[in-house]
Amino acid sequence: MMEKINPRLLGVALVALALLAAPLVLNDQPYLIRVTTTAAIYAIAAYGMNIILGLTGQLSLAHGAFFGVGAYIVGLLTTDHDWSFWGSFLLAILATTALGYASGLIALRTQGAYFAIFTMALGFLIFIVVTRWESVTHAHSGVSGVKYPENIGPIDFTQPTTMYYFVLLILGGAAYTTHALLRSNAGRSLVAIRTSEDLARSIGVNVAVGKQLAFTASAGIAGLAGGLFASLTGFIGPDSAAIDVTFEFLLFLLIGGMGTVMGPIIGSLLVAFLFEMLQDLQSYRFIVLGPIIVLLVIFAPKGIVGYLNDLIPARRRRRQRAAARSEDAPDETPAPRTTKEEVV
Amino acid sequence: MTLFIQQLINGLALGGIYCLAAVGLTLVFGVLGFPNLAHGALFMLGGYFTYSLLVDVGLPYVVAIVCAALVLAVVGVLFERLIFHPLRKAPHTHHMIATIGVMFFLIAVVQEVWGTGFLRMDSPFAGRMTVAGAQISSQRIIIIVTAMVVLIALTWFLKKSVHGQAIEAVEQDRTGATLVGINPGVVSMVTFAVSFALVAVSAGLVAPIQLLSPTMGASLNLIVFAIIILGGLGSLPGAIIGGFVIAIAEVMASTYISVAAGEAAIFVVLMAVLAIKPTGLFGMVEQR
Repeated sequence: MMEKINPRLLGVALVALALLAAPLVLNDQPYLIRVTTTAAIYAIAAYGMNIILGLTGQLSLAHGAFFGVGAYIVGLLTTDHDWSFWGSFLLAILATTALGYASGLIALRTQGAYFAIFTMALGFLIFIVVTRWESVTHAHSGVSGVKYPENIGPIDFTQPTTMYYFVLLILGGAAYTTHALLRSNAGRSLVAIRTSEDLARSIGVNVAVGKQLAFTASAGIAGLAGGLFASLTGFIGPDSAAIDVTFEFLLFLLIGGMGTVMGPIIGSLLVAFLFEMLQDLQSYRFIVLGPIIVLLVIFAPKGIVGYLNDLIPARRRRRQRAAARSEDAPDETPAPRTTKEEVV
Repeated sequence: MTLFIQQLINGLALGGIYCLAAVGLTLVFGVLGFPNLAHGALFMLGGYFTYSLLVDVGLPYVVAIVCAALVLAVVGVLFERLIFHPLRKAPHTHHMIATIGVMFFLIAVVQEVWGTGFLRMDSPFAGRMTVAGAQISSQRIIIIVTAMVVLIALTWFLKKSVHGQAIEAVEQDRTGATLVGINPGVVSMVTFAVSFALVAVSAGLVAPIQLLSPTMGASLNLIVFAIIILGGLGSLPGAIIGGFVIAIAEVMASTYISVAAGEAAIFVVLMAVLAIKPTGLFGMVEQR
């Protein structure tokens, strides 16, 4: 029966299959594999942003900077200090998580507009440190020659495909965590905070702890993505800590769908390939993307995945109503609503 | 002492610029309840318009500033109608994201039209004056005087004119204002027009003493946010006092410590204020 197939599950399976099979199709085009890997790394960062913006509804403008910090830790440690990738990668995750925790302690005392402005200032401050602290960060000359991950047994990370699957594994973890989070009480209380902080507090949600954990985790995930990015591209400059990076994460989330499980992947892949196609128009990029952002916010704030999610129950309801009519049922009962609102 | 007086006057001139920009920003926040993150980009746009009207079209300096202010006022009305009016029922996160989109769009457009390099604009009021032994460029005196005049005119507008009083009424109580027959849509348009005109004037005034570049708005953006947070979001006197405090702090820190310290001073002040009192020093506006 058609109705037995859950369209959400089908969509997820298709995306997963496409991602897993991508290297087989692109085997002779390492460049495209690299583009896809980069997109997947951005998607991981977008998952980080999704936790704080998509779930709790707090607009953090510091995430590009957290991404940059992660990238710089891996970059500087593997080049100037001769650390292994794995050690510096671990440290990058720990350090950005700690940074997120510390800045969350202050940032989350503020709300709404104040929070956005505070995180914007924090992001800019980090950017200034990166551009001015020349003796450590090399300022505008950036860091080149960042190491690839060292081999683990026979696994050779210099192969584009291996790196791709490594990133994909983490991406899958991020997607699964979001999925699990949304089904858990913890995730639901975060969504409750997004809907109304006062209401959440009144039903016993610990708003302060929830937001603090969400912000800390999202900073750590952004830092992790930054570390991967530094290793993949081999070069990082101050641009990787600029507010433009935050804007790109925002774009991915908005196009894919804020607060959804699949939104960050869909958004990042779509935008990455869009950018790739618009290569010649590199400088015009933001002339096109700026208005797209504004139009999306006005007309489609839920993004692609949010739109599809809305579509499915409506269709199911219509189908059931049509079935009821054709059976000539005397009383039209309202379609049963699913008790748990699934968000995919 | 001479250096101190000179830097104090430089600080006052910079404060005038900051005030004009911050007052517009705080008006929009007061009426619409969200920060316009594109404010710095509009400042930059105002600077470039003034430059083109002065250099390319050949208008006199004052006329060029007034024309740039009028153009930006029209842009403000368009923005309100096309972007923020349709969003009026959306969560404030959406407004902020939309303003970020606008910011990147404006920066990209300016880069395409005027190029990414720096542009220099000479002050039509060249020359220096001696004030208490310190050498001050005439342009800075012009800035201080103009800022004073504009701020007084603005205060008069808000307190005495019908539109201004309507803006204050909506700031205080939107529902109540609607009940007594004020159209919040019109008030929003007037607020955007005034806000954008003010930021254009401040950009036109600063253009002769700074270089123009597409990224010049980025740091101003943070400075004006620091100012309105220091002054309490939505508070007009707060924005004026905050403007001068931040400007003088910045100038003094760069003179007596280092340029980087001047830049960092702003953020340290901003973050310290938010850490101690999350609603700003004079902030009484309900948080959202």
